[in-house]
Amino acid sequence: MSLRLEVDAPHPGATAGSGPPPRHRHADRPVRARLNRFDLKVSPYLYIAPFFILFAIFGAYPLGYTLWVSLHDWDLLAEDHPFVGLENYQRLLGDPDFWNSVVNTLGIFVISTVPQLLLALWLAHLLNRGLRARTLFRMGVLIPNITSTAAVAIVFGQLFSREFGMINWLLDLVGVDGIDWKGSKLTAWIAVSTMVDWRWTGYNALIFLAAMQAIPRDLYEAAALDGARQARQFWSITVPMLRPTIIFCVIVSTIGGLQLFTEPLLFNSGTNPIRGGPMRESQTMTMYMFENAFAPHFNFGYGSAIAWMLFALIAIVAIINVLVIRGLGKNQTGGE
Amino acid sequence: MGVTPRRRVVAAAAALAALTAVAACGGAEETSADGKITLTVDVFGQFGYDELYKQYMDSHPNVKIVERGTGGNLDEYSPKLTQWLASGKGAGDIVAIEEGLLVEYKANPKNFVNLLDHGAADLKGNFMEWKWNQALTADGKQLIGLGTDVGGMAMCYRKDLFAKAGLPTDRAEVSKLWPTWQEYIKVGERFKAANTGAAFLDAATNTFNTIVLQTAGNSTGYHYYDTSDKLVVDSNPAVRQAWDITMDVIDSGLSGKYGAWSEEWVAAFKQAKFATIACPAWLTGVIEQNAGPAAKGKWDIASVPGNGGNWGGSFLAVPRQSKHQAEAIELAKFLTNPQGQIGAFKAKGPLPSSPQALDDPAIKDATNPYFSDAPVGQIFGAGAKSLKPVYMGPRNQAVRTEVENAVRTVELGQRTPDKGWQDATANAKKAADK
Repeated sequence: MSLRLEVDAPHPGATAGSGPPPRHRHADRPVRARLNRFDLKVSPYLYIAPFFILFAIFGAYPLGYTLWVSLHDWDLLAEDHPFVGLENYQRLLGDPDFWNSVVNTLGIFVISTVPQLLLALWLAHLLNRGLRARTLFRMGVLIPNITSTAAVAIVFGQLFSREFGMINWLLDLVGVDGIDWKGSKLTAWIAVSTMVDWRWTGYNALIFLAAMQAIPRDLYEAAALDGARQARQFWSITVPMLRPTIIFCVIVSTIGGLQLFTEPLLFNSGTNPIRGGPMRESQTMTMYMFENAFAPHFNFGYGSAIAWMLFALIAIVAIINVLVIRGLGKNQTGGE
Repeated sequence: MGVTPRRRVVAAAAALAALTAVAACGGAEETSADGKITLTVDVFGQFGYDELYKQYMDSHPNVKIVERGTGGNLDEYSPKLTQWLASGKGAGDIVAIEEGLLVEYKANPKNFVNLLDHGAADLKGNFMEWKWNQALTADGKQLIGLGTDVGGMAMCYRKDLFAKAGLPTDRAEVSKLWPTWQEYIKVGERFKAANTGAAFLDAATNTFNTIVLQTAGNSTGYHYYDTSDKLVVDSNPAVRQAWDITMDVIDSGLSGKYGAWSEEWVAAFKQAKFATIACPAWLTGVIEQNAGPAAKGKWDIASVPGNGGNWGGSFLAVPRQSKHQAEAIELAKFLTNPQGQIGAFKAKGPLPSSPQALDDPAIKDATNPYFSDAPVGQIFGAGAKSLKPVYMGPRNQAVRTEVENAVRTVELGQRTPDKGWQDATANAKKAADK
């Protein structure tokens, strides 16, 4: 508390300079002034320093170290790690298994994120109306999010089991033959996406809801007076007003979606789940990174190169997302 | 922040007092005030050491033993172990190493204490020669670990399903049904024709691995790598032969296609969805755990088709990072001596790698009540001393993964046998180069 007061206090050094100071303070005046100036200039940085120091230790340093490792032939157990320059990256670009993992990651990302955000928007819209037991519903949508990922993945893994799973049992009831969910790319992607959506739709819905409540009511009233229906109000008022929130949700979903690991890993139980199926049907980039950096290859350099490629991919996809969403918002608001 | 130096001193003193109080009750961390040492043993699966720990702690009152990773999966254990070794901390004072992974750890022997420097040479006679040699580095100057068990092979089968299919259920008669894998397939076809609602075997990958270790053991003595560490997946007739037999198994539609070690596989045990499974000695404990108490007495053990073979088996090593190397080495010696191996066998079934233990009546006369009192000591022990080991090269685990995955793609109908073989050889090469 005392620290805050020092910052907020007026700056005697600045005003006291105009008149002659009392004699008895003459000696310490320049020191105080300097201290005050120091306080003014440096303190703000000190106050935000903890974040940056922590980020440097736990964020920037590992990032830089990973880059360093990725330039070496780094067998995890070996004592010598010869420098190989960009060789890891070069090999990576020609590695079909790597590109397979990129396709899987993007595929699962699209299949999970697009319906998830649309569904969240719709859910938020519903929750924004005058429902009974509103708080109950609003809190309810968050429950899947606080369930442990591992528990969700194990339960869904069993739901989607080929022979003993509930989904195939239900399909069987309506006369559809059981699907080997792990047996093809598309079905495996859908199964994994379902898990992701189950966990994150409610979370995004709540963020959308918060943003929706900040939209002034009179906009809707005016639109209603002009004869705009619900749907038109939604697309012409709600969505454009939510644009910053949507961008936020899209970026957070992009980062999360492209780093997908636990769900597909636990979905593929058995030997070598890290492969994501015998033909790598649902192996994401993080899984491929893990497979190379740790068991069975223990090639830390190669794994680090994959990590950096993932970083680059996330940056690219995030930029594309922002551009697309910006364009979308402009088109919508253009008519007004 | 907010805590004056004096208060900090008081807090530290209180913490210290609490610690000594705990230590006095026997729960000490590392070396505590009363001189107790905690030895951590890292394992996977079931090693069956609980009773042995108790004995050891009774005779060594200054030692406390903690086991970590019991019941865990090897796939999860080995990356952890590698990380501990790479980072120089975290590993237990004793770590278990599976034979397929031993080669990789052996390539960087500096991570481990050289047991030859600690009188291990005198123990050579306690182990089968090949088991001893497996843990020696290429130059023969360092011994990485002491052998625990070997994976003598048999065929476990469900008597109730055999009866349902009109097949004999007595283990001697069942063994006579399948002296070779071709005959095993024929029995499978008979079983399939009876429409019991269950598959004949669990997964083609398990069968393949059993066959390849057999064919290799009986011919070249190596499978994926030759003894000069050259990758020979595509040229070794032993691998191709095992592949072809496995394709016949798949072609006859005998496999339940339950991915080994998956949740479906475990569920299939519980629901009696397959009738046979190739079982190394250590798998009996897994079957018992997966099939559960309800299936007690429904399983039995017959001899394996083909001839012998060894699948798996482990070693105990002492990482150089251990702070109590001398004590850890002593404990490792205790756990792997003939009496220790007998104790482990009685508890959880891993077959001893020590000839003295195999000759001991405690093993010879051992039966397993879960498997209809099958004489497991005789079934697994008989072939154990004449086991022909298979040499494993530097990237054995990665290569094996690729070949087994190719088997799996054919089993699931994703690949034709020809395309599967191409994948197996090409991907094995790629994995070996990584």
